[in-house]
Amino acid sequence: MIVSLEWLKDYTDLNVSPEEFCEKMIMSGSNLETMEHVGADMEKVVVGKITKIEKHPDADKLVVCKVDVGEAEPIQIVTGAPNVFEGALVPVALDGSRIPGPLHGQPKKEGGVKIKAGKLRGVESCGMLCSFGELGFQDKVVPVNQRDGIWILNGEYEPGADFAQALELDDYIIDFEITPNRPDCLSMLGMARETAATFDEKVSYPDTTCLNETDKAEDYISVEIKSDLCKRYVARVVKDVKVEDSPWWLQRRLIHAGMRPINNIVDITNFVMLEYGQPLHAFDINSVEGRKIVVDTAEEGEKFVTLDGTERTLDDRMLMIHDAEKSIAVAGVMGGLNSEIEETTKTVIVESANFLGNSVRTTAKRLGLRTEASARYEKGIDPNLCHDAADRVCRLIELIGAGTVVGGSVDVYPAPEKARTVEGRVSRINKVLGIEISREQMVRYFESLEMKVEGEGDRLLVTPPTVRQDIEIEEDLIEEVARLYGYDKLPVTIPKGNNEASQSYERDVKDLARETMCAMGADEIQTYSFVSPKGVDNIRIDEDSWERAFVRILNPLGEDTSVMRTVLTPGMLEVLGRNYSRNIESVRAFEIGNTFMQNLMDPEGLPIESDAMSVGIYGKDNDFFTLKGMITELLSKLGIRDVEFTAEREYGTYHPGRCARILTREKVTGRNPEEAEWVELGIMGEFHPDVTEKYGIGTRCCGAELMLNVITEMADMEKVYYPLPKYPATSRDIALVVDEEMTVGEIQKVIRKAGGKLLKKIELFDVYRGPQVGENKKSVAFALTYRHDDKTLTDEDVNAVHNKILTNLKEKLDVVLRDI
Amino acid sequence: MQERLKKILEESKEQLKKASSLQEAEETRIKVLGKKGELTEILRSMGKLSPEERKELGQAANQVRAEVEKMLADTVNELKEKAREAKFKAETIDVTEPGKDFKLGTKHPITITIEEIAKVFKSMGFSLAEGPEVETVFNNFDALNADPYHPARDWTDTFYINDEILLRTQTSPVQVRTLLSQKPPIRVFAPGRCFRCDTPDATHSPMFHQVEGLVVDEGITMADLKGVLDSFAKQMFGSDTRTKFRPHHFPFTEPSAEMDVSCFKCGGKGCRVCKGSGWIEILGCGMVHPNVLKVGGVDTEKYTGFAFGMGVERIAMLKYGIDDIRLLYENDMRFIEQFK
Repeated sequence: MIVSLEWLKDYTDLNVSPEEFCEKMIMSGSNLETMEHVGADMEKVVVGKITKIEKHPDADKLVVCKVDVGEAEPIQIVTGAPNVFEGALVPVALDGSRIPGPLHGQPKKEGGVKIKAGKLRGVESCGMLCSFGELGFQDKVVPVNQRDGIWILNGEYEPGADFAQALELDDYIIDFEITPNRPDCLSMLGMARETAATFDEKVSYPDTTCLNETDKAEDYISVEIKSDLCKRYVARVVKDVKVEDSPWWLQRRLIHAGMRPINNIVDITNFVMLEYGQPLHAFDINSVEGRKIVVDTAEEGEKFVTLDGTERTLDDRMLMIHDAEKSIAVAGVMGGLNSEIEETTKTVIVESANFLGNSVRTTAKRLGLRTEASARYEKGIDPNLCHDAADRVCRLIELIGAGTVVGGSVDVYPAPEKARTVEGRVSRINKVLGIEISREQMVRYFESLEMKVEGEGDRLLVTPPTVRQDIEIEEDLIEEVARLYGYDKLPVTIPKGNNEASQSYERDVKDLARETMCAMGADEIQTYSFVSPKGVDNIRIDEDSWERAFVRILNPLGEDTSVMRTVLTPGMLEVLGRNYSRNIESVRAFEIGNTFMQNLMDPEGLPIESDAMSVGIYGKDNDFFTLKGMITELLSKLGIRDVEFTAEREYGTYHPGRCARILTREKVTGRNPEEAEWVELGIMGEFHPDVTEKYGIGTRCCGAELMLNVITEMADMEKVYYPLPKYPATSRDIALVVDEEMTVGEIQKVIRKAGGKLLKKIELFDVYRGPQVGENKKSVAFALTYRHDDKTLTDEDVNAVHNKILTNLKEKLDVVLRDI
Repeated sequence: MQERLKKILEESKEQLKKASSLQEAEETRIKVLGKKGELTEILRSMGKLSPEERKELGQAANQVRAEVEKMLADTVNELKEKAREAKFKAETIDVTEPGKDFKLGTKHPITITIEEIAKVFKSMGFSLAEGPEVETVFNNFDALNADPYHPARDWTDTFYINDEILLRTQTSPVQVRTLLSQKPPIRVFAPGRCFRCDTPDATHSPMFHQVEGLVVDEGITMADLKGVLDSFAKQMFGSDTRTKFRPHHFPFTEPSAEMDVSCFKCGGKGCRVCKGSGWIEILGCGMVHPNVLKVGGVDTEKYTGFAFGMGVERIAMLKYGIDDIRLLYENDMRFIEQFK
């Protein structure tokens, strides 16, 4: 809400600096957006009267004016403005003056612009005639007929008078943020009430009484409400209207409030809207067929041309104002071109009505037409304001002599809004706020807000004025006391009682996983939870795969963010691609986040959200085995040590020869762990070249998609101490020549099984391919470590196990030791 | 004999002085003290002498041996010392050459900020609570006392999955979940992702993070709210931080407030970060609206509570001076690694 401080003073006494005013208003609940001092930056700008205009001898587009600026002799000023005429009163910036600016085509400067005398095409010019814009006014508030050229003053002014003073320009324009619960503050009177309560003053309400009324309104017009979307409709009539420019004081207030003056009738309706917060509309009575106003919804598909000249298509939920035959306005949004006030208008109907906020909001939204009026209706207006606002319009029309007010009004108000009483307790208010103030003090606060207080003792029966639709329950009263007492004066305490802070096990695992990944040099990324459905195409997911069971957003910003992610990998690849394209040579990244699946068990219910983790790496030293090592270490840190990686050749995202499923054994108690089922923890691999190409990654790149929820289930964060070995270990190396297809995993499995309890460690230390071992063969070398927990092993002990391993390798895999 | 001993001593001295390697020193030792060494021979030949002579010569010979041994030890030490010096010299490295790469990964700045906030609230006995990103309209709006026609419910503001399910627009539904699952006393905070229909620009992101807080107990006052949040501000932004509570409005709290903190860049004098005001708006808060408590079946006469919510991106951007929110979700490693 834009508040002119000068205007506000019409309604309440205010004896503080603008800064203090803002500070106190902030603390009582009207938050400050901006404050601007207008009419400042203006020095040696005076009213001038053009006494003579002559052609410039050397320039067709310039004229030479003699201007009376209150001195003995008129001064000479050259101007290019086309709208000057002899006798015009204009703002004159004298030699050495300062104006707010900006000058034509230049940006606005802090502190304004200096004006000096000079020569224009050889002719002396002792200053400058100014436009609205040059004096600091924004284009959107300048009256249309004043936009091109010098500001021509309307009214009587003394040449030589200080311009800002003569036009009373000096003002502070303060923009307050009004919260949605306080639509009453979207008006000067609302802000005056807040001001009065804040500074312990009273509000003096505007004069609404007309002195010379003639005839009766009901002889001119009738009103019928056919829809319950309209709570009240007040019509008043003004005849013998003279449509012309408003007097300057009225124009100035609208300009300072950010509105462009149009003509006296429209300006007055706008002025009263700003004053009361009640939108008003004026119709030319000649365009109202049958002299009848009917409030009803539109015909479905009806076409209607609004005041802005646009043809709009209506639907049957939009509330309209009709006459006996046609639509003449979209209720609460905008009038129709067919009933516009024109210069020839003689009799006007002033509409002051109350339409349901939600109806106006939907209509405005459907039409894409949000106006000052609709914005106010949307938030809710007290229907009890209608009559006062209509009366005030009439009063102002009479005051400026713009017409003759017709007596009485037509007021259709089927269910008048009554003030409601809210009960509160002194003790409760104090208890919730943590203070001890007296009933009397509370009563003073309520009364300063124009609320009536009854009851006695602890009981407060508070009746707010009907404009305060937000006061409904005791807590609302608590807030009123709190803000007038001052939030800053409330004590500062720490709540009693002790709570042990805790967090879920899942969160612990996530935190630990994050720390571990960072320790291994991976950077954490965060990508959007919503993604493009194309991501799963890009990573070559099968047509009927679960990754395509998307939770879809009905109203996404775009296709790119239209489904909830089922896997994190596409987001990871996008980030890898972006970094690659920015010439970042090597990346290790991970993301921990939720994935979303349609809830097939309960389609009505919430989707299934699961914790997931993706990893992505590329660049030097970042290959499949780097990633495998990272994942193994991560799982180990989470207490999952029995992990198997099995080759996976069918998953489209990855290189068919470089992809593994990551498995661990289900946790079982009381059974042989060897019999436990394998549980999948995720999948990893080098990305398929078609995938990296899709994401613009021109290098080999590996990634993993881990089911963090399963990992959390399998994790074992208990730390158990095993005694350090007391007896020495013996190590034996073996080298085997095997077919290329045979995996290290298979060989290890046989070795582990045959090695039994004495075999403590199998370490692969070399894989060799070359002429010495033959084509399609490889040599794999392991170091086997044997140890007994309770004694020192003899050579015989070791030989027995070692030979058993070799026999098993021969029998089960048909592999023998390599001849060296 | 005495003459020979003297000569042995003299010669040993001479040789050891000249010795330039351990080898040469060893040769001297063998020559004098070895099995067939000169001194050994003398000692061996003493059997033929009379006891008196033997005693006299024995003493003299032993003295010479002791002296030679000492000289030998000194020479060996000296030579070893020299050899080490030479080795050190040869092995000297240029310590100004760069160290080998060790790279710790970096947490995302949003994670870091949430962890900092979490640390403060945990220290005040707040437990961490979480809720789903895809929520019910009931938990996100209805249960939080939002007007049925509240503009935030519009399709232009909120992402919907269907009429009943949406992407949560705030972490406040965790309040509802907590109230439904827990009895007072309640003291939780809830970090998480939120979503609103905002086209991304420098200050808007359709996905962002909030941290919510909820305290419900007997006798909780608005003074308690001030105390907890003032303490949070001081721990989060520095002990000199001042707070300002301004009246505001939220559907789920009454009375409601916004909390400003004194600008942590300029200390309140006014700068670009605080737009000259000296204050920075950090969070919204208030006493829990009775309609919200009632959803959880809480006796509103017996219990009161307060709640608060803050934007994580806003705090991260202010703290780190990040001028474009989109940087947070671009995940350029050069950006992320700045928060190491």
